[in-house]
Amino acid sequence: MAIRSFFLFILFFSSSLSPVFSLYEDQVGLMDWHQQYIGKVKQAVFSSQRAGRKRVVVSTEENVIASLDLRHGEIFWRHLLGADDVIDGIDIGLGKYVITLSSGGSILRSWNLPDGQMVWESSLQGPKHSKSFLLVPTNLKFDKDNVLVVFSNGRLHAISCIDGEVLWKKDFEAESFEVQQVILPPGSDLIHVVGFAALSQFEMYQINAKNGELLKHESASFSSGFSGQVSLVSTETVVALDSTGSILLTISFQDGKISSQQTPISNLVEDSLGPAVIIPSSVSGIFAIKTDAVPIFIRVIGKGNLEVVEKTTHEIAVSDALSISEDQQAFALIQHASSEIHLTVKLAHDWDGNLLKESVKMDRQRGLVHKVFINNYIRTDRSYGFRVLIVMEDHSLLLLQQGEIVWSREDGLASIIDVTTSELPVERDGVSVAKVEHNLFEWLKGHMLKLKGTLMLASPEDMAAIQSMRLKSSEKSKMTRDHNGFRKLLIVLTRAGKLFALHTGDGRIVWSYLLRSLHKSEACQSPIGLNLYQWQVPHHHAMDENPSVLVVSRCGPSSDTSGVLSFVDTYTGKELSSLSLDHAVVQVIPLPYTDSTEQRLHLLIDADKHAHLYPKTSGALSIFKREFSNIYWYSVEDQNGIIKGHALKCKCTGEVADEFCFDTRDLWSVVFPSESEKTIATVTRKLNEVVHTQAKVVADQDVMYKYISRNLLFVATVAPKGSGEIGSVTPEESWLVAYLIDTVTGLILHRVTHHGSQGPVHAVFSENWVVYHYFNLRAHRYEMSVIEIYDQSRADNKDVWKLVLGKHNLTSPISLFSRPEVITKSQSYFFTHSLKAIAVTSTAKGITSKQLLLGTIGDQVLALDKRFLDPRRTVNPTQLEKEEGIIPLTESLPIIPQSYVTHALRVEGLRGIITVPAKLESTTLVFAHGVDLFFTQLAPSRTYDSLTEDFSYALLLITIVALVAAIFVTWRLSERKELQEKWR
Amino acid sequence: MKWVKVIVSFILTLSFLSFPSCAFQSDELLVDDEEFGLEGAPQHRSPEPIPTRSPPVTSPTRKRHSDLDSDSKIQFSLDHAFGDSDFSPAGTFSARLKTWSHGGQTLTKLRFSRNSFSDVEKEKFKNLLESDDFYRIRLPSNVLNPPGRDFIISSVKARCLPRESLDEHFVIHMEGVNVLAVNYGSPGSCPYPRNLKLPAKWSFSSHTVLKNSEQAPRAPVFTEEILGGENAEGEVVQPAERSFWAKYWMYLIPLGLIVMNAITQAMNMPEEQATGQVPAQGQPSAGAVRRGPSSAVRRR
Repeated sequence: MAIRSFFLFILFFSSSLSPVFSLYEDQVGLMDWHQQYIGKVKQAVFSSQRAGRKRVVVSTEENVIASLDLRHGEIFWRHLLGADDVIDGIDIGLGKYVITLSSGGSILRSWNLPDGQMVWESSLQGPKHSKSFLLVPTNLKFDKDNVLVVFSNGRLHAISCIDGEVLWKKDFEAESFEVQQVILPPGSDLIHVVGFAALSQFEMYQINAKNGELLKHESASFSSGFSGQVSLVSTETVVALDSTGSILLTISFQDGKISSQQTPISNLVEDSLGPAVIIPSSVSGIFAIKTDAVPIFIRVIGKGNLEVVEKTTHEIAVSDALSISEDQQAFALIQHASSEIHLTVKLAHDWDGNLLKESVKMDRQRGLVHKVFINNYIRTDRSYGFRVLIVMEDHSLLLLQQGEIVWSREDGLASIIDVTTSELPVERDGVSVAKVEHNLFEWLKGHMLKLKGTLMLASPEDMAAIQSMRLKSSEKSKMTRDHNGFRKLLIVLTRAGKLFALHTGDGRIVWSYLLRSLHKSEACQSPIGLNLYQWQVPHHHAMDENPSVLVVSRCGPSSDTSGVLSFVDTYTGKELSSLSLDHAVVQVIPLPYTDSTEQRLHLLIDADKHAHLYPKTSGALSIFKREFSNIYWYSVEDQNGIIKGHALKCKCTGEVADEFCFDTRDLWSVVFPSESEKTIATVTRKLNEVVHTQAKVVADQDVMYKYISRNLLFVATVAPKGSGEIGSVTPEESWLVAYLIDTVTGLILHRVTHHGSQGPVHAVFSENWVVYHYFNLRAHRYEMSVIEIYDQSRADNKDVWKLVLGKHNLTSPISLFSRPEVITKSQSYFFTHSLKAIAVTSTAKGITSKQLLLGTIGDQVLALDKRFLDPRRTVNPTQLEKEEGIIPLTESLPIIPQSYVTHALRVEGLRGIITVPAKLESTTLVFAHGVDLFFTQLAPSRTYDSLTEDFSYALLLITIVALVAAIFVTWRLSERKELQEKWR
Repeated sequence: MKWVKVIVSFILTLSFLSFPSCAFQSDELLVDDEEFGLEGAPQHRSPEPIPTRSPPVTSPTRKRHSDLDSDSKIQFSLDHAFGDSDFSPAGTFSARLKTWSHGGQTLTKLRFSRNSFSDVEKEKFKNLLESDDFYRIRLPSNVLNPPGRDFIISSVKARCLPRESLDEHFVIHMEGVNVLAVNYGSPGSCPYPRNLKLPAKWSFSSHTVLKNSEQAPRAPVFTEEILGGENAEGEVVQPAERSFWAKYWMYLIPLGLIVMNAITQAMNMPEEQATGQVPAQGQPSAGAVRRGPSSAVRRR
């Protein structure tokens, strides 16, 4: 009896411990989170439908078109256009179609507003490149067809709104004609196209909107020329600036006659100095110019009389005009005051009166207002109300209404540049934020529920309760370090120059900080963030310090502009300090040394090939001096196809004595012949990767030693002809060469040519192997190759006696100046998908087997066991090889649907995959970012070192109790029986 | 006559029956594959002639033409520098330039003549050895019109070179007439605590190796596999591969324990039988019971 029940329990155990191959439906959202973003909004159009849900359609710099809920800011639908399909304009046609013009005005699409389905697409060709305009007139009809007017590529099109058919077109082929505005006065059948020709000629074309017939062509020449944009002040007047930027030209073309008036800016503003630029706006009667960063609003009175209405010193943003009635136009103005923004809505013809004036408290970390979009609604008291959508400097999107922020979206997270992680603070008495389960009863109740679920006794309500309990578990979103290392902070740097700290538990923003050093300033005109590095990771000595990250940025797009460093505390999100460097930053090398306060030493290489040591402390310098001759690095000159190795030489010999600056010298160079090779990919191992064992036992009890060197570089080059798109060359003219180069000596360890192959190459380097993905033109398929590299100089250490007697060379120091004896093994496999990114899992000790994480073209992340990319796979593996885990050779790599890490979700616009080891050896944390963010935990060899999350402790407890009871019962039984035996 | 017809028709049907399956086996893809191999055979890259069956227009048989290939001798110089000094000539490489009919050029029969160190150079080299500094060499990146785009530099710690004489080893990676990289160093190992050692003879013994690119192994192509063997094989088949022991060890070990327990008791039984005075029917179980309650429990 007891035995039977014992086995029953064993069975229960084994069933509850059975390994999980992939994710079950109820595990979604347990360890993973997914966030959807759209990017910085470029243009917004409000849906003016009276009935139905209020929505706003936006186009963004990430090439997303999205329809957002105006009440909550949620995404109704969105579409990510391709990377080179930049959106030029959007509008709403007939109240139910979203019209988008993209790809430099060559693709016009219509989308159904309620659900985002594409209705039609037409491609617009033209004679030459030009600005593009999309106009959606409300009442222009053509055979009962509503008409869209599109000017793109030097051609004016009238297009049916229903099916995208081109009704008529008109070319503007004059060589030098540059279109500036396309004007369609409401209620008229005339289209005015105005522009410049030959720099000093003003041209005006009048076109019949019904048939595209040219009615009138007038031109006038202005000797002073033009600069920049024009501003439209009425349907028949434009304002332009002359080439010096000091004279305003008011050009009107009433009734097809061009007349003009010149007004020097100095007449209007006394103290203007620099050249002015026109701020684009579309408010009738008023335009804005900017001189010396001071915006000035100027009103046009009558025929070309100008009058300054306002001159502000604050940063200001203006919306486009919104017509609220027949002859009234309103627009919104936003001005900054210290921690508030002031929103004013004015009528176009009445500058001094305000329709609305509100102040809204604004988080300083959002920076300045970049764009304003205005929309009106009818209040309950039948008056007009206004709401504005604003785009901030950090790319976030906010809706303001009635002096409040109704909702906000952190769309800066759609453009992440770099990611690093930081540990959370250790749980101590003081900092404890932990909430232990409320009481024992709750705890028991929870576990009883779980037990019910396991025994399949739970009702649907119970199941729902269990699920919500699991998802809400406060455990995963605590702000302290956990035992397994699952809870971390993801520090991300966005293109807007803002740092965010995301909690890995639930993806919430812990803090965000708009870097002051990335603010536009006199010295730094267009700062861009480059990289994030872990600056200080308190470990042994400085436990009380907070960890900090280093943000490297520079002042301009070219690599020789001076750099800026900022140091940010990762617990508080405060900038500790920032340094404006007097040298450029071309390369940043984190050195494997830390000083006494655990600050990591970094070497910054500038454009003149000087190396600068940071932090600039004497302690760091003395550590650095010790390792002076052991520091080598390499640089890749993509343009020239040259890879160079460098070492340090001596102190800088410049006129200013700087003991943290060092001269460098070239040690080696590899020059790829420019006529046959062009570098397209370089990959190295991750600096912090841990390799557990350097030996690999192969099938016949043989040992192979991995060649593990931190100084290996994988380089892929292709034929220059073949560096274009796939299919642009024949297989004969295209090849791909893969190199493994030692970066200390410049030694080419391996070099292999793939004929008939083409990029793009995505590669990942780990331990002693590299996997790369490319296109095979002959097989018309994508291919993935693996190269494994083994050390032969240690191959003799197989003899046990040698090891016992110490006659092995396993402990002898390795010098890269010795000639390494290596052998490589490689193999290629076909792969179905094209890739966007590739990464490999990394674990704390490197024991767990590896999985490749492939970012597929469908914006998903696929996990593929490294075993599939083993170069030793053969068609018929022997029994021994099978036991070792070698899979029989197949020509292509399998795509197992269950192994999509992102399961049903998509990480739109996937750009990068980052893996971080957890403290638990079996588990690795994966963060994928693009326009969307996705985070999950992976266990490539399953969680062999911990109980699964849904393990029922109550069941275990009950089992133990039952077992103990059974022991006692049987003991008593046997005692009694024994007694009976004795009495017999 | 009739039987002939029958046989013919029989043979015909046979051939029809067998032929498709034969043809299917299928060379079709393999032939195709060979064709691919042909088209893309990198004529100017692999020195070995590749047997071809295609019309001679696209790829003429290499053998015949190689006789016509012109050879010419070329020379290019090796420069060296001590530490950060300027480069000065140190030797000359001479080689045969083989021009292939299709325009590709390769170097063969590379020879190297090293200038011996002058006294000044010896002194400089000694200084290098003392300061454990780099000895650097350079080659032109194009051997036909040196220096090409840039010089190829390589360097080694000077202390790695001296043995009996000065031993050096060049590996020159070539791509046609372009030098990609040169790996310079000592032929043997050069472990880290590099000791100062002066060479006995101030002459060089040089080894040079010329390396061209290797071909990558082609991705394997199986026709059978396409037909549907490849889906999710690894994950599914894996459990079947495990041996009986691997699968059921958790049951076998307790079972083994129980059996062993039983055996030991069985072993004890005869002993007791031997020692016990009255071997009776009910004795063994009673004996077992006497051994303790725990074993009794287990046997139940």
